[in-house]
Parts: sequence; structure tokens; C-alpha cells
Amino acid sequence: MGVAVEEHAGCGERNVSAVADELVQVRDVTLQYKTPQHLVTATYKVSCTVDRGDRYVILGPSGCGKSTLLKAVGGFIRPVSGRITVSGREVVAPGPDRMMVFQEFEQLMPWKTVRENIRFPMWATGKFRRQDAETRVEQAIAKVNLTRFADVYPHMLSGGMKMRVAIARAMALEPDVLLMDEPFAALDALTRRQMQEELLALWEQLRFTMLFVTHSIEEAIVVGSRILILSPHPGRVRAELDAGSLSYADVDSPEFGTLSKRIHELLFETAGSPGKPACQ
Amino acid sequence: MSVIEAPPNMTLVSPRKARPEIVQEPIDASGIGEVQRQLGLWERLSNNDAARRVVILIAFIIAWELYARWADSPLLFPTFTETAHAFWEDLRNGTLLDRTLTSLRPLALGYMGGLALAAILTTIAVLSRIGADVLSAFTAMFNPLPAIAILPLSLMWFGLGTPSIVFVIVHSVLWAVALNTLTGFRGVPETLRLSGRNYGLRGIRYVGYVLVPAAFPAILAGLKIGWAFAWRTLVAAELVFGVSSRSGGLGWYVFEARAELDTPKVFAGLFSVILIGLLVESVIFRAIEYRTVQRWGMQN
Repeated sequence: MGVAVEEHAGCGERNVSAVADELVQVRDVTLQYKTPQHLVTATYKVSCTVDRGDRYVILGPSGCGKSTLLKAVGGFIRPVSGRITVSGREVVAPGPDRMMVFQEFEQLMPWKTVRENIRFPMWATGKFRRQDAETRVEQAIAKVNLTRFADVYPHMLSGGMKMRVAIARAMALEPDVLLMDEPFAALDALTRRQMQEELLALWEQLRFTMLFVTHSIEEAIVVGSRILILSPHPGRVRAELDAGSLSYADVDSPEFGTLSKRIHELLFETAGSPGKPACQ
Repeated sequence: MSVIEAPPNMTLVSPRKARPEIVQEPIDASGIGEVQRQLGLWERLSNNDAARRVVILIAFIIAWELYARWADSPLLFPTFTETAHAFWEDLRNGTLLDRTLTSLRPLALGYMGGLALAAILTTIAVLSRIGADVLSAFTAMFNPLPAIAILPLSLMWFGLGTPSIVFVIVHSVLWAVALNTLTGFRGVPETLRLSGRNYGLRGIRYVGYVLVPAAFPAILAGLKIGWAFAWRTLVAAELVFGVSSRSGGLGWYVFEARAELDTPKVFAGLFSVILIGLLVESVIFRAIEYRTVQRWGMQN
């Protein structure tokens, strides 16, 4: 959408210059959260680096702290030890430079129409001037094909449409990184696949950076360009793999099968883990 | 079950018969005639809430009239026509309107004061844990305390007159509204809170732009309960010491009529109290409900 992004896309497919491209850095991050009874360690000394333009997927079984890690990048949870930086600045609080898309449909404000939902964060953050914001809102609505539903309240939309609004809302703000917490997990299988393809098409257009949490191996391979695999209880880095650009068209290809099998092995035959892997 | 009902010549292990696949265009549906048809008048009427209520009301009035005529004691139980007549008379000569307006002024003051205090307290409560603890303790203590029970105290503090009534009304509104609002705030979905914070909203802005609209169904319920409490408290307070101010309100009107043994007027006064309660509920609150929670799909 923005000038910077277009330039980036214009200067070639792969921009492999080193440090300048490192957008999100996670260094030895240990995360803990409290339930009324317990202090739970969600992740232990996790390190990873997300480059600009990455479709970085965090994959792991439930209980591996992947959502907690994403929330920490979002600034909702402070690490007990370690450091998270985005564009060189340490993450200390939530902010509109890291927009989050959640799994739940309630993330939209039910008292605002689709257009108002997308406009509100622009207004609340004061990031864009009014005129500018209006055009951005319309562009964002058009990008996710919701022009016909711009003045409709969220409760009248289908699950997929709500998710598109959430994505449009996040992208309209042009965050440094888009944080997606299992965004399609609550959708039916057909809609999920369609949304994955739409998301990839948007990425092709805009080349934004996203951090995408999922527990589906297939989704990780299709959506991701790079996959971080976490082992459960507490979440520790098991592997970081290149997913290349495999899509649903390649499901039957040997590469897809090999990668999928490899991930499966890494996930479920975790050597050196104190406990058994949790149920999926 | 299907095994039991299967014909005897069919065995469980019979090889599957090859069945042809079927792919076809949907058959022509124009033969059905009308796809959508309006229901009959009677059915539509019986589906209409207002129509059903009017019928119940008319039945009630007829029963009242018949019983009152049969009982034949105008002093204890006037007929509907007598009550309606008394009501109409005092409505025409302005007495009822005057009394109602006198009642509404402290009511508005007390209601607004209660809401303002409730807003301040719940905002503090939702932004700090201590505030929440304090508010919880206070609502637990004061919510069950009938407002009319602190009227004597209020009279000692503020003397006879509007201030004491306003104080009692504030008490009756505050805790009910605060309790509902706080419950509503606590029920706001986690993701909605997180996305609000994602935009960098904090403090008052976070409460005003995220929590209040998100909790609006509960807040509205609180406003309704608060209104009912306030109205009841007011009428009760006026019955206790309506004489104080130069012109009494509706409660005083009822009290006065009783002293004069003018039972139809007592009924007319009670009828006015009911009428105003209904009016606020079904006009004002209904309109708010329609424009907010119903339009937003937060309530059916």
C-alpha cells in the first residue's frame, strides 16, 4: 500500500542483504504467566529472527507457548528474561506498529460498521491525517473485497468476512509486522483454505511482514516462507526451516510430502523433552 | 436397527452393488408456484407482541369493571370508569401534570447524580485492583440496603426537602448501576480488550471507547434497574414526608387522596405512577435499545 512497500517489491524478488533486513529479533526470551493457582513457564530461551517481508510461521502443539510468544511480540506480556525488538526498538507495550489479528470473531467491535471498525484504529492512534485515513480505509476495504458490506455491522457477516475485516483493519494501519494468532482456526475447512489463498495474494501484492501462529502443519507449509517449530512444555526452539513457496497446488508434490513428514517427526519425536508431547 | 429391519435375503457381507454416479442440473422449480407467501392477518396479529398485550389489558379492564360493580363498595374498590374519570379530571385541570413535574425534578437530579457517581466509581474500579475491591465491598454492603431505610438519616443530614430525596435516590441508583456496569466490564471478551490495547488505548480512553460500548447491554440493564429503583424510592419517600415542600409530588397526591377518602383519586395516582414507569421503559429505554444493542446484534 505504502511507498516503502512498493519500492521494496519493485527492487526484486529476493533482497538478501543482512542486518538491515532483520525486523523482529527475539533473543533468549523466557515467558511466564500466572493462572490463579500456578506460575506457568510458556517459553524458555526462545530466539529467532524475522526478516522484512517474511511470512514467518510459529508452529507447535498446544501448550508450546506459541500464542504467548506472539502476544509478547505484541507487547501484551513482558518477558521474564531476554529481549524482543521490532525495528531495533525494544518492545515494552502494545502499539499500532504491531497489529494483531486474533482467532476469535469478537475482536471486531460489534457497535461499529465494517468501515468504522477499520477507521477507528487510524483515528485512535492518530497515525494518519483525516483525508489520508479515509482513502486508506476505502483501499483496505476494497483489498479484501468487502466494498458491498462496508456499512454493515459485524454480526451480519460470515466468519470469513469478519476475518477479512480484521485483516483489513490491521493492514490499513501499515504496521511494521502483522501478528496473526491462529487467524483461520475458527473457520470451516473450505473458507479457511480460501482465506489462506487470499492472504497469500495480498502478500504477493504488498509484501508485508507477518508472524503467523498455527498448529496445522499443512497451513504452516502453505502460508509460511519460514517455519519455527517449538517443542512443548515449556516452548523451546526445535527447528527453523525454510518452507519456500509451496502452495496447495503442490500438495501432491514430493517436496511438500518430505517437508510435511520432516516437520511431523520434529514435532512428535522430540528427543530430550522431559514430558510427552501434549495432545494436539 | 437397519440390520434388523433389513429383508431376510440381504446378508451383511453381500458385495456392494455398483451404483451409478449422478450429476444433473437442478430440476425446474417454477412449478412450486409462490416461494414466499404472506401469513394470514390473524396469524400476523397473534405474532405481534403489542397486539397480544392490548388484548390482555382489555380483558383485565373488563374484569376489574365487572368485579368492582359486583362488589359495590366505591370507597374501597372503585370501578374502572370512576378511576378513569378521576384521572381525566385531574389531568385536565393540571393537578396531575403539576404533581408529576414536581416529582420528576428530584428524580432527574438523583438519577443523573447516581449515574455520574457510578461512572466515576466503575472507571476507577476497572483501572485498578484496589478500586475494584473497594467498589465490590461497597456494592455488596449497600446494594441490599433499601433506599427508604436511609431516609431518616438523610432527613437528619439534609433536612426536609429536595436534597434529602435526591440523596436517597442517588443511593438507590448508584449501587445497582455500578454493579451491573462492573459485571458488564468483566464480561468484555479478552480479544476485544487486547485489540483495544493494541491501538494504544489506555485509561479513560480505553474505558470510553472499548469497555463501555462492549459492555453496553449490561450497562443498559443497569440503567433500567436504576430507573425503576429511583422511581419507586421517590414515590415512597414522598408518601413518608410529602408535606415538606410547598407542592408535593405524585406520592403526596396519593397520600392526600387517601386522607380525603377519595379512593378513585388514589387509584388515579397509582395509575399515573405506573404510566410514567411504563412510558420511560417502553419509549425511552426501548428507543435506546433499538438504536444500540439490537442494531449491533448484541441482543435479539
